[in-house]
Amino acid sequence: MTAPKRTPLFDAHVAAGAKMVDFAGWEMPIHYGSQLKEHEIVRSDAGMFDVSHMTVIDISGSDAKAWLQQLIANDVAKLPFEGKALYSGMLTEDGTVVDDLIVYLTSYGYRMVVNAGTTDKDLAWMDSHKAGFDVSLNVRRDLAMLAVQGPNAIAKVCAVKPQLADAIQSLKVFQGLPAGDWFFARTGYTGEDGLEIMIPAGEASNFFNELVAAGVAPIGLGARDTLRLEAGMNLYGHDMDETVSPLQAGMGWTIAWEPASRDFIGRKALEAQKAAGVPMKQVGLVLEGRGVLREGQKVVVEGVGEGIITSGTFSPTLKHSIAIARVPAATGADAQVDLRGTLTAVRVVKMPFVRNGKKVFE
Amino acid sequence: MSNIPAELKYVASHEWLRLEADGSVTVGITEHAQELLGDIVFVELPKVGANLAAEEQAGVVESVKAASDVYAPIAGEVLEVNAELEAAPELANSEPYAAGWFFKIKPANAADLDSLLDAAGYAKEIGA
Repeated sequence: MTAPKRTPLFDAHVAAGAKMVDFAGWEMPIHYGSQLKEHEIVRSDAGMFDVSHMTVIDISGSDAKAWLQQLIANDVAKLPFEGKALYSGMLTEDGTVVDDLIVYLTSYGYRMVVNAGTTDKDLAWMDSHKAGFDVSLNVRRDLAMLAVQGPNAIAKVCAVKPQLADAIQSLKVFQGLPAGDWFFARTGYTGEDGLEIMIPAGEASNFFNELVAAGVAPIGLGARDTLRLEAGMNLYGHDMDETVSPLQAGMGWTIAWEPASRDFIGRKALEAQKAAGVPMKQVGLVLEGRGVLREGQKVVVEGVGEGIITSGTFSPTLKHSIAIARVPAATGADAQVDLRGTLTAVRVVKMPFVRNGKKVFE
Repeated sequence: MSNIPAELKYVASHEWLRLEADGSVTVGITEHAQELLGDIVFVELPKVGANLAAEEQAGVVESVKAASDVYAPIAGEVLEVNAELEAAPELANSEPYAAGWFFKIKPANAADLDSLLDAAGYAKEIGA
């Protein structure tokens, strides 16, 4: 067994009182005292997450665009200007999900961010699909990454980086900009406004401490999970993986079907799935009574069939349980969940559950 | 390091017991247990009047992270449950040995308490 890896912010987390746990081979903060309080800080003010365990890959070469157009299901041709971001799945030939990722258009080509736990297989997958393309990959282990999220996140980052305030404030949603060796993007995984910031590793701790001084609270992975779940966002390895089609995981919107001539990996399988009829769909579940919906619990839809909860939690914002589930396509507004042996009625809703601090489902 | 009050009795499933002056026994979960669970969001308590066997399930505690059963550490009749805890489950995090108590039990056999862990025994149990 190899020792867990540490991000450049490890010492800063310990100094801030973090409880550290092993996450995908990395020693990461799960919380700094109370996960619920941290969740509420991100919904009402500003918090920051160390996401340096995720992997930044810079892609260059004369075939970078053509290579990405066959590698991922969304189409980088949709990126109209430098800094613009695109969310996509990277699929197997069978039309299941190798990983989900973000890709930015840059001056030298593209910058991609992939999940920590999937990094090794992602890189192996990319390498095995490079033949015939003039493309080179540069894995940026020299960068740390901080997500600063919440209604006051951008203002507080600007207070720390006044020389960049105008540029940061000009960013539209899902858009990034380089600033020297740094990169600021108005993206996130919480359903709040905010930034994801890539930082040279040696400058990360200092920036972290400046943000603490500016009133940005460190937030652990625990709250990151409840925040993304309220926002209705998938977590790789839970809501989808190499056994699940993006069409059954709420990722249909990330597949660029046009132009029909773009033969991305997994396209034929997805077309066959669509022609045959997709049997399952992703929905949100709401339990307004007592109890907590959890990953792996069985969903029973009377007269229709069965499904499964892929992520579930107590929603700190809503004060009741919510879940993401994969259920039969014919599922209507009602379902039941096997809650520790008791079939319990739940409501089936359209996600997200929470956006910008507010409940959004009916 | 977890607080393990010397005057209480313990079981390995992380419940504590306090013998009250009237012979009843108050039961809760230890500080170590609440640390493992993280933020507690629901508790389910036994019915008043229920007769529980030792190690019988007496309730459920659900945190953001996990659901965990609560067991009757000794046999007896449930005399009272902590309604305040049902309304404010976070009390089990903030005051596990005080306002965060779970239920009171009338022991079927008062001598059952003698065989349970003392603070040193529980500390050893959890590797503290």
